[in-house]
Amino acid sequence: MRFRAPPVEALLIAELDAFTAIFHRPSGITHLLASPAPEILAALATDTLDVDALLARLSARFDIGDPRREALAARLDELAAAGLVEAA
Amino acid sequence: MRHVFNVRIGPIGFRVGSDWREPVEQLRELYRFYPSPNLPDFTVRLEATRPWRRWIRPSVRIAGDYTLPEAAPLPLAQGVLAAEMGMNMQLALGGRRYLLLHASCVERDGRAVLMTGESGAGKSTLATLLAARGWRFMGDEFALIDPETGLVHAFPRLISLKNAAIAAAVAARPDARLGPLLTGTPKGDIRHMVPDAIAVGAMDEPATPALLLFPRFGFAADTRGVQPSEAFVRLTQASTNYVAMAEAGFGAMTGLVRATPAYAIDYPDGATAVDMVEAVWRTL
Repeated sequence: MRFRAPPVEALLIAELDAFTAIFHRPSGITHLLASPAPEILAALATDTLDVDALLARLSARFDIGDPRREALAARLDELAAAGLVEAA
Repeated sequence: MRHVFNVRIGPIGFRVGSDWREPVEQLRELYRFYPSPNLPDFTVRLEATRPWRRWIRPSVRIAGDYTLPEAAPLPLAQGVLAAEMGMNMQLALGGRRYLLLHASCVERDGRAVLMTGESGAGKSTLATLLAARGWRFMGDEFALIDPETGLVHAFPRLISLKNAAIAAAVAARPDARLGPLLTGTPKGDIRHMVPDAIAVGAMDEPATPALLLFPRFGFAADTRGVQPSEAFVRLTQASTNYVAMAEAGFGAMTGLVRATPAYAIDYPDGATAVDMVEAVWRTL
């Protein structure tokens, strides 16, 4: 399964501290996200990726805390439940 | 309506219409030194629940452009309270020009302290005690954040003192003008205090938010720093129109918590709290 996130212009993003506040323009809902969720959204904003490709992309760019595939899949499920990511 | 009263509190204009003379006369007296609005932003109506209830056990229903179904009618003796509740309700539910924070606010040298917390946390008391120490009182109910500038605008309506806070505030400002003591209201005893002349005279001057405080009354003295994300969550909960303000609200709120240091303050009594607030202020 491949995933995509809203385009950059659909989100307002404000880094606060360990959390990032994100305003989702289409729904008007505010989200407070911890790493690696903002990084996932950034990666999926431009490219539609499956879990393995996303993991490779994130690992190359960031020191992600939990490099397991299952952990990333769980974060994707959370973002999908929040309406910020959808299966393409 | 038979009796009408217009008032401007900070940038917000109200028109209060009433079936009875008494509440309007009391409001006119308490708001004697406030200006009139060119055009009211909101209208509040104090209506009889039934035509005959203008005379027989008079009962005041609060009406206006925005109402909450659970707002119960009040006896006529509490007419000023009904008007104040109605004015707050119109602004809380209908205000779109400013991000509204349910907070009290004081100012010194153009920089403001915003204090927010649940009912009983001591917002009104703390603002009144700080005003008695030379701070400018900007409001005890709403702080108005301008999304364009990030500045906080004053809303110095009558100070709503409840129960034990009445005596504490009167002791701090023995010369203050007071409304009637209202007993047996839904929140216990309430007495309105007129903000001092400086607060009213300077109410058109906004200030830069400089300190966010989350006070809590009834605990041993303790001050702890609050991260921007926690302040963001607390303030969105303390805002009556954050969701309605949409992108403008998000911009104003994130700008506020990123630029403004925040502290949670537990305090056992008002005098200790004032010292704690001024101690934090000196570190800024």
